[in-house]
Amino acid sequence: MSVPKNTHTDRRSFLKSTAAVCALSACPFSGIIPSSEAFEMLPEAEIFAHPALHYEKLNNRQVKCTLCPRECIVDDMERGYCGVRENRGGDYFTLVWGRPCTLNVDPVEKKPLFHYLPGTEIFSLATVGCNVNCNFCQNWQISQIRPEQERSYDAPPDKLVQLAIRSETKAIAHTYTEPVVFYEYVKDIGEEAHKRGLKNTFISNGYINKQALIELLPYLDAVKIDLKAFTEKFYNDLVVGELQPVLDTLITLVNAGMWTEIVYLVIPTHNDSESEIRAMSKWIIKELGANVPLHFSRFHPQYMLKTLPPTPIKTLEMARKTALEEGINYVYIGNVPGNPGENTYCPSCHKVLIHRRGYRVEFEGFEKGSCTSCGTIIPGIWE
Amino acid sequence: MDRRRFIQGVSGLTGAFAVAGNTDLLSASLKTRVSFVRDLFCISSGLADENRVASLFDRLIRIHYDVSDPADVFASLFNPHDRIGIKVNCLSGKRMSTHTALVNAITGNLINAGIPADNIVIWDRLNSDLRSGWFSLNPLGKQIACAGCDVLGYESNLTVHRSIGSLFAKAVTSLCTATINVPVLKDHGIVGVTLGMKNMFGAIHNPNKYHPNRGNPYVADLYSHPDIGGKIRMTIIDALEVQCQGGPPYQPDWCEDYGGLLIADDPVALDRYGWKMIEDMRFEKGLPSLKEAGREPTYIHTAAELDLGIDDLKKIEIRKS
Repeated sequence: MSVPKNTHTDRRSFLKSTAAVCALSACPFSGIIPSSEAFEMLPEAEIFAHPALHYEKLNNRQVKCTLCPRECIVDDMERGYCGVRENRGGDYFTLVWGRPCTLNVDPVEKKPLFHYLPGTEIFSLATVGCNVNCNFCQNWQISQIRPEQERSYDAPPDKLVQLAIRSETKAIAHTYTEPVVFYEYVKDIGEEAHKRGLKNTFISNGYINKQALIELLPYLDAVKIDLKAFTEKFYNDLVVGELQPVLDTLITLVNAGMWTEIVYLVIPTHNDSESEIRAMSKWIIKELGANVPLHFSRFHPQYMLKTLPPTPIKTLEMARKTALEEGINYVYIGNVPGNPGENTYCPSCHKVLIHRRGYRVEFEGFEKGSCTSCGTIIPGIWE
Repeated sequence: MDRRRFIQGVSGLTGAFAVAGNTDLLSASLKTRVSFVRDLFCISSGLADENRVASLFDRLIRIHYDVSDPADVFASLFNPHDRIGIKVNCLSGKRMSTHTALVNAITGNLINAGIPADNIVIWDRLNSDLRSGWFSLNPLGKQIACAGCDVLGYESNLTVHRSIGSLFAKAVTSLCTATINVPVLKDHGIVGVTLGMKNMFGAIHNPNKYHPNRGNPYVADLYSHPDIGGKIRMTIIDALEVQCQGGPPYQPDWCEDYGGLLIADDPVALDRYGWKMIEDMRFEKGLPSLKEAGREPTYIHTAAELDLGIDDLKKIEIRKS
């Protein structure tokens, strides 16, 4: 299995890489989902329908989705904001259960999860759909469409987990789009994965209601949350969502003992001020503690924000310095291969523990979760 | 008035959009005119009488454009080289979709005006929607085509315009040179009313993303794009049945056989008057106003602010027959 080298995964690269992989006789996909079937466009949405969780029935066959803070009121025959959950006669259905549009094997660092099984590969999947509309989305070709607008695999949880095992991965990642919108699938995969000894991870925007999140936690082993900014204005203007529910999600995750990492995509002129980053860092220290890894990722022009330049490296370094000053122990720079900010340093003796260049990982002064120089225990899930 | 005099007698279009074809049709007075005709006997329990609807449509065109022969209007607005997309609305299934009888009246006039049948495409978002609205699917070819955007396709490049970021349906970009918009007069549970401008949400791949804040400013922003509002040469609202509550799905308790058709060249005036009709019907049934219900269709005012048309009822000329 070849590992994709690109840092930006879009629909086309997914399909190309997967198609190329399926052409190989040794491919773990080939025995389960023949490529001729895998790439067949499934005709229309009705064949996908699977009962949804977390909704209330209202009058006149309306439903109220309670999965995410948007809480869409959905009329009969209509869909929620995400485009993948549909009201049919007053009952609510997900149209993407068992229907991933992309399957891939990635380095876990790509998620990014730096304190979670580093140097391993993770079986990654997504269905179409998202419950926000970030103007800078790098995967909008699959996140901002409806199920009938993209090819999908027939991959119920048991088949999916079997495929992940055959791919010799230790964990599954629900990623690329927004797994909140394929909640039921994540949950069922998690149940099956745990039975078969695999971990299940959730790479999410954190825009989910607390009750739904709490019910999902037993099926998850690690979570990465995109904290896209630290102002409601940014969330209103560029995400079409709200900040506070994401902060609430982070608190719930950390309080529940879930391994959690945060990514902050630094976008020039929108969320890159020192004051905003300092305020966020103070909040993290106060509410989550110093040991939640924080990744500052470099923005590249995408989707509806194509006129902005990529984030200057100096801005990322300023952000990292600011967060370290505020006391966060593990602060990283992402999407800048070779930057020293990719490495994990011991917060006590400051020696390099894990050296990274892109997705290449080398353990230097690190063994069994501890710094070999001073013995400091480094939080994370290492085996 | 004969065709020659009709064409000579009207001045150039000075409305919100310069249409892609003939720009000599509409007089200044037409810009603010909404015309409305009604025949209570053209529909019963949702079933339209084909002949009566055709007559009603002819009457609508005659009174709106002051012509004796509706074919003159079609010959003036369209030319044989146009490929004309007819955007219907079949989201609400068998009872609250654009009526096939009305679409047949439109296509009949187009053909009488010399438009080849294979230059006409009836379209909506999905094939399944069209089927549920009683339309017979036909591929592009030697007859009037009828297909969903899921078959006709979407552009692969993103269009970013004002607040909108979408893949546009080929039906409004490369496939058709002109659009006839044929929405239904009905209530909408999120954006208040769904009429002419809102109907064009069917031309983008991600309409679900543009319902927050009661569709404001998204409906107006989308309509202001040259490939959307700029290609629309005629909008006829199907008010053969009207639903004033519980839309867009069909709700029999709030739907009635109305037997009406509306037309205007100003998309904002047309939507504003359609909204008033919905409000009047709600009042008669003892329902709160849309504002009181928390879903006033403010996108119509935003469209006026974008100079897409007029939303002041006092400035709109209503012509009834």
